[in-house]
Amino acid sequence: MIIDHPLLGPRDSAEFTYMGDARLIDRPDPDAETAAQDFYEYGYLRGNPAGWHDELWFHEAGDRSWLVVTRNTLTHEISKVQLARDVARSRGRSK
Amino acid sequence: MTQVNRIGRGQVDFTKTLKFSFDGKSYTGHPGDTLASALLANGVRLMGRSFKYHRPRGPLSAGSEEPNALVELRGGARQEPNTRATTVELFDGLLAKSQNRLGSLKFDLLSINDRFSNFLTAGFYYKTFMWPAAFWEKFYEPIIRNAAGLGSLSLKDDPDVYDKGFLHCDLLIIGAGPAGLSAALTAGRAGADVILADEDFRMGGRLNSETFAIGDASGADWAAAAVAELASLPNVRLMPRTTVIGAFDHGIYGAVERVSDHIHTPDAGKPRQVLWRIYTKQTVLAAGAIERPIAFENNDRPGIMLASALRTYANRFAVAADRRVAIFTNNDDGHRTASDLHARGVKVVAVIDTRAEAPRSMDYEVLHGQVIDTKGRLGLTFAEVKLADGSMRTLDCGALGLSGGWNPNVHLTCHQRGRPTWNPDLAAFVPGTDLPPGMTVAGAAQGDLSTAGALAGGAKAARAVLGLKGRMPVLPEAEDAPVNITPFWYVEGCSRAWLDQQNDVTVKDVKLSHQEGFRSVEHLKRYTTLGMATDQGKTSNMGGLAIMAELAGKAIPEVGTTIFRPPYTPTAIGVLAGRHRGQEFHPKRLTPSHKWAEEQGAVFVEVGNWLRAQWFPKPGETHWRESVDREVLATRKSVGVCDVTTLGKVDVQGTDAAAFLNKIYCNGFAKLAVGKTRYGLMLREDGIAMDDGTAARLAEDHFVVTTTTANALPVYRHMEFVRQCLCPDMDVQLISTTEAWAQYAVAGPNSRKLLEKIVDQDISNEAFPFMACANITICGGLRARLFRISFSGELAYEIAVPMAYGDALMRKIMEVGAEFDVTPYGTEALGVMRIEKGHAAGNELNGTTTAQNLGMGRMISSLKDCIGKTLSQREGLNADGDLRQVGIRPVDPNDPVPAGAHLMNADGPIDAAHDQGYATSACYSPNLGHAIAIGFLKNGSDRMGERMRLVSPLTKVQVDVEITSAHFIDPEGERLRA
Repeated sequence: MIIDHPLLGPRDSAEFTYMGDARLIDRPDPDAETAAQDFYEYGYLRGNPAGWHDELWFHEAGDRSWLVVTRNTLTHEISKVQLARDVARSRGRSK
Repeated sequence: MTQVNRIGRGQVDFTKTLKFSFDGKSYTGHPGDTLASALLANGVRLMGRSFKYHRPRGPLSAGSEEPNALVELRGGARQEPNTRATTVELFDGLLAKSQNRLGSLKFDLLSINDRFSNFLTAGFYYKTFMWPAAFWEKFYEPIIRNAAGLGSLSLKDDPDVYDKGFLHCDLLIIGAGPAGLSAALTAGRAGADVILADEDFRMGGRLNSETFAIGDASGADWAAAAVAELASLPNVRLMPRTTVIGAFDHGIYGAVERVSDHIHTPDAGKPRQVLWRIYTKQTVLAAGAIERPIAFENNDRPGIMLASALRTYANRFAVAADRRVAIFTNNDDGHRTASDLHARGVKVVAVIDTRAEAPRSMDYEVLHGQVIDTKGRLGLTFAEVKLADGSMRTLDCGALGLSGGWNPNVHLTCHQRGRPTWNPDLAAFVPGTDLPPGMTVAGAAQGDLSTAGALAGGAKAARAVLGLKGRMPVLPEAEDAPVNITPFWYVEGCSRAWLDQQNDVTVKDVKLSHQEGFRSVEHLKRYTTLGMATDQGKTSNMGGLAIMAELAGKAIPEVGTTIFRPPYTPTAIGVLAGRHRGQEFHPKRLTPSHKWAEEQGAVFVEVGNWLRAQWFPKPGETHWRESVDREVLATRKSVGVCDVTTLGKVDVQGTDAAAFLNKIYCNGFAKLAVGKTRYGLMLREDGIAMDDGTAARLAEDHFVVTTTTANALPVYRHMEFVRQCLCPDMDVQLISTTEAWAQYAVAGPNSRKLLEKIVDQDISNEAFPFMACANITICGGLRARLFRISFSGELAYEIAVPMAYGDALMRKIMEVGAEFDVTPYGTEALGVMRIEKGHAAGNELNGTTTAQNLGMGRMISSLKDCIGKTLSQREGLNADGDLRQVGIRPVDPNDPVPAGAHLMNADGPIDAAHDQGYATSACYSPNLGHAIAIGFLKNGSDRMGERMRLVSPLTKVQVDVEITSAHFIDPEGERLRA
């Protein structure tokens, strides 16, 4: 596969390490009342759809960016690639 | 007998003669021959034995679809099994052997299997070898392996080099027949970057095998001229002998180029084969079509082959498979073979056509009927024909051409789950609409089976994918015959009629499988093994599908095809491995003291990709334990030095650096003073311990973090995840500096005295206490870092210098340390000392243990959040009776305490239900004079002094042991602070 890195352009997927569901960005609030349940779901109940999926890929043999790659798991078509940091900020993560 | 079957001229060079041998007998051929064409020229039809019944077999085809003529090539370490004689390019001195026989090829003792064929039908293995289970390993399997095999391996290292390479282009064209050449000319002339790949050593595809004219030239001459023009274009790369084996995602294709297979030994510096990864924007697949046979009784005798193969041998290789030939066809193309052979002076005994309205000929007899059986023990001698009027004819012939129609070569169109569609006019599957993105199919592969159709299809495809405007150029005139075919798959009433000749699957087997309820085409394939041989059923699948459809009362498209998967043709493991073998299997990382350690005669061990000194044997030491014990004792007595560069180092900088470490470590770092180092334990988000190390605060906003050697990469990846994905606004930057700093542990009571000789500043206990760290200079100004940390439990330091000075620093330490008898120690002594001290390492941080298990539960700060904190508080990880890290010593000091063994109570049963824990790391402690171990024990902290049994039922070890503190040496840590 070829991943169109937002900073570096098209790169072979062999340069990347895969981690899975990009919802790992949405780490729960540890101070919430429901933290134990939230973390359980965060850790163990991840999506694994047959179809479009937002995934985390790490450019390990490259610039060390974490990317959110929107990929169809049936066809391997990639529709969008974003810097995970931008995605995290857009979802309200800060420090 | 020399080349008795040569007829006229072809595309072989008769001016040169090549010598080769087959099964020990010498023959001659010419450049341009394949092994199969040269053997046929010499009158050799019998080239192999079939897989199961050991039936005599000759070539069925003249190409890579060959199921039968599999031979072993070369000898010694270069011996290569299962090569197809039909694609092996002849060279001088070629050695070939037949395979899958016991005795000689002509008197194969295992041909007895053929007599027992009633027992060896579909599902034979499933049915027969079910019981008793114990018979499998000792009885059935060795017999089956011995009898039913293909070629053999030399079991020696392949002396040749295999390479990998990367290519980029605008347009990849697969196949250099009329469609591929036409596409390449169109695209090449337009200036596009083109790669034209073809599996054959001579480009031109079927043009080389036919007698058609293109314009004023013969097809072969036109192809040669086209190839010459393409070769002159700088933007076109011609890749003959290159098989595109797979169509992968996003325009990436795999291709194997056989660089040196056609010569005796690769030229100096040249690889045998290259695996290319081709990145292309567009692809034109012009892979042509493969003719299919017709099934009838005993249709597998040597001499029976595809009609198109007879034509290829005659026109291209100037070889008649035999002087008397018959043709069995259901379409007009079979008649072409007859007329081509007749024109070359071969006696065409008859053309047997299944159709009533077959074309007639003045040159040979055309019979309306079917071939129903054949004779000839080691090769065809007679064909029995049943005519449409019911009368019988026996034809005296040594070759029989079969023409059952042509299958477009859709293989690569299906590599991304594409499905072909049925074309009733061709009675064949053609590429579907769900092609791999960027792929266009042209020529026979698309179902355009005429030469004119192929030339036009190739040109149009290239123009379309490149977006070329303007008028279509005028193409040369070429043959444009329609396909006239009436589907005919097998002769009524036949049973031992071969569909898959390589796996010995007959019409009877397909019927049996249907009878036994296997209705899906995928089940048929697996039950009968139809199409599962190395040729992937290129000539056999369609026949099986057609029979299956007929039995099920369905149309062929309803039955569908099995899935085509890469590689297109068998691919050697060697070329997939490339240079990654032996020493080069993975990258080798050398420590800065490697050269010095080699000079000392060190024994090395692989740790990840690193080579680390394991111990340093001294003259007279004959056992590794002698060396290791000496290194440990010398270090604890005076001073030792060890290269610890391989530990991961991550530089953490920024105003939020301390906050970031608070996030990744379970213990706190915010209050760590500048100039101090702290042990840190990192958890996974699920609460399990991930890694440990130290963080040294060199400045308010600057830490140096260490990781274990094994986890350097995953920990760094994790830290970047936390930084970018969880805390994107933290002001913190990370960089791995593992390879920037050479780092040595200097340990032992004299370590300070040694270092004082090279460090430029005061490092007394007062000025540089336990856990201090600093940027310093050594040897009069060289920048360095000093950490007073200890893995060994001794007074110890780790000193780091820029990598380029690593070798010099090791030599300097050895030089100034001579007066203290400084001793280099390796990873074994390092391990012994950390076990003696009870420090956890990889065996304890094994992905199942928590901070609580490690006795560090209280380290998890209650004042802050960290990765893994919430889930580390789960009930299940904090139950009563949890495992705790303990020390284990044998009651009898002579007993061993094996790592991996389990702890059982002093009394009671020894079984999994009564398991109390296990030993993780063990060694012999030279300081204590007996073996020791650390491990995990239920409620371990409350069981000090308890007698237990340490058992390993697998190795039949049972030792009485006593539970102790894991800190065998200096439990109060006085040495550290000395």
